[in-house]
Amino acid sequence: MPHITPSLTSAPTRTGGVVTARGLTKRYGDFTAVDGIDFEVAPGESFGFLGPNGAGKSTTMSMIGGVLTRTGGELNVMGLDPDREGPRVRAHLGVVPQQDNLDEEIKVRDNLYVYGRYFGLKRAYLKPKIDELLDFAQLTDKAGERVDALSGGMKRRLTIARSLVNDPQILLLDEPTTGLDPQARHILWDRLFRLKEQGTTLLVTTHFMDEAEQLCDRLIVVDHGRIMAEGSPSELIRDYSTREVLEVRFGSDANAAAAQTLKGLGERQEILADRILIYAGDGEAALAQVLARGLTPVASLVRRSSLEDVFLHLTGRSLVD
Amino acid sequence: MTDRTPSGTESIGGGATLFDSTLSAHAPEVSAAKATRFGTWYVAEYYLRTMRRYGDVLLADAVGSPLMYILAMGIGLGSLLTGNQTLFDGVPYLVFIAPALLVSSAVQGATSESTFPVMDGFKWHRIYQGPLVTPISPRQIAQGQMLAIVIRLLIQSSLFMVIVALFGAVHLPAGLLAIPIAALAGMAMGLPIMAYSATIREEKGQFSIIMRFIFMPLFLFSGTFYPLTNLPIFLQWIGWISPIWHGTELSRWAMYGHAVGGWQALIHLAVLLVLIAVGFVLTRRHFVSRLGGTK
Repeated sequence: MPHITPSLTSAPTRTGGVVTARGLTKRYGDFTAVDGIDFEVAPGESFGFLGPNGAGKSTTMSMIGGVLTRTGGELNVMGLDPDREGPRVRAHLGVVPQQDNLDEEIKVRDNLYVYGRYFGLKRAYLKPKIDELLDFAQLTDKAGERVDALSGGMKRRLTIARSLVNDPQILLLDEPTTGLDPQARHILWDRLFRLKEQGTTLLVTTHFMDEAEQLCDRLIVVDHGRIMAEGSPSELIRDYSTREVLEVRFGSDANAAAAQTLKGLGERQEILADRILIYAGDGEAALAQVLARGLTPVASLVRRSSLEDVFLHLTGRSLVD
Repeated sequence: MTDRTPSGTESIGGGATLFDSTLSAHAPEVSAAKATRFGTWYVAEYYLRTMRRYGDVLLADAVGSPLMYILAMGIGLGSLLTGNQTLFDGVPYLVFIAPALLVSSAVQGATSESTFPVMDGFKWHRIYQGPLVTPISPRQIAQGQMLAIVIRLLIQSSLFMVIVALFGAVHLPAGLLAIPIAALAGMAMGLPIMAYSATIREEKGQFSIIMRFIFMPLFLFSGTFYPLTNLPIFLQWIGWISPIWHGTELSRWAMYGHAVGGWQALIHLAVLLVLIAVGFVLTRRHFVSRLGGTK
């Protein structure tokens, strides 16, 4: 298990982390997008920022690349300050932005070539490298097509292939699979998992708890620019939720009345508009107690706790609204 | 979807070569150093590559439309007006308007390169966001695009010069000087427009207004088809502020020896250079502030 964030009083110098933030802050006028967050990412680690839209995740990513200047705090990437050494910092990074910004009108292959040139890479290196990257992204037979002929999943894979052209040690992925269908997401996760196995450090923002569970060794849960919790997915679930969750539905009109009857059942409850979540070590036992109290749910489901439950517990809100 | 797959679904096979690879990129420090030195050129390279895909359109635009003017005005109208006699400057009408068409064509090319592609970069396809997360700086993104436009203008003007030479309407080799002059005039118009384009958040027809109400009047009232002095004095000021007029005066001097005094030539050149300098500084400033960034 990697380190936990050291105390605020420690010197803001580079420690073992490839990315270290202390009190990192970004304000726009009165609005605080990132509110003094601390984190440290170890080499080879896959580190996640889990939170809803507007939590400050993308802003943090932009500050790491020196594309946005920070308002306050310390930030260190590979021993460099992104505000002062933007080009040098970005030379270490591969960046997959939230929205694809491929050149739709030139060929798939040319998109990779042009991007490689921004790093000063030579043709002799780029030509074979591009073949490898296309193979990795499973786009070899699309090499000569224009980007606008690709599906959403293919474009995303091309964007990831593009971010790897300079062999980056750190890959920043901003909402890598948002907007993709389930199959395309699984292919993408597989590719990212292979990169992680190879030793690339991944920084991932996501508002999907399944993505965070799939990709991240460790993550911070962020909301309104603040860190709500930090740990591995399993630690977070252990610390902030129960082993199992019982979901019961009584129909929207009957929910509130049923909630009265169910008081005290399980360790904790969340009463949502369409269902009631009962957090318990043993979901089946909890369901038996619901029936014993004379209630008959329209539908019921026992499942393992997820990061979604962690977020709900920490903020009282759902991740995806 | 037609991905290569053994089983009909997109599988998790393949992709092994990336990890068996013996290829490795140069060190990040090398990337940073090269981008710092040559970044402007790398960005220009991208633009030249994208221009190449419109090569035929650009060629038709750069050569075809002035050619039509040459045929219609230079030869058709020219012969109608004067028979075989000369009208202005003691040269055939075609020789008189060829330098003006060369300059106007460059100015028009620069105007269109300074409008829509800038919107495409900031907003429509967010093209600038690509290099922005590489060692390239916002300043280099701006400079690279400008450099690509200069190169385009030089190529387009050279092609135009070939056609004019085929009609025998230029004194060579002195006339070749008109190629860089046309590029200067183009940038003198293009860069201030680019600086303006970089401030637009939403395109609501501003660009077609620029074409119709800035480029067209400057084209028509810049001594293109007759000397500026033929216009009443209250219209002549349009020429004085027009890069097309200043460029045309210089290119007429280069292409057939139109009389321009030394101090006049300096003024023409100075006007073009000042417009370029102002446009360059403002464009760069707007790019840096809008693309955020630290440098």
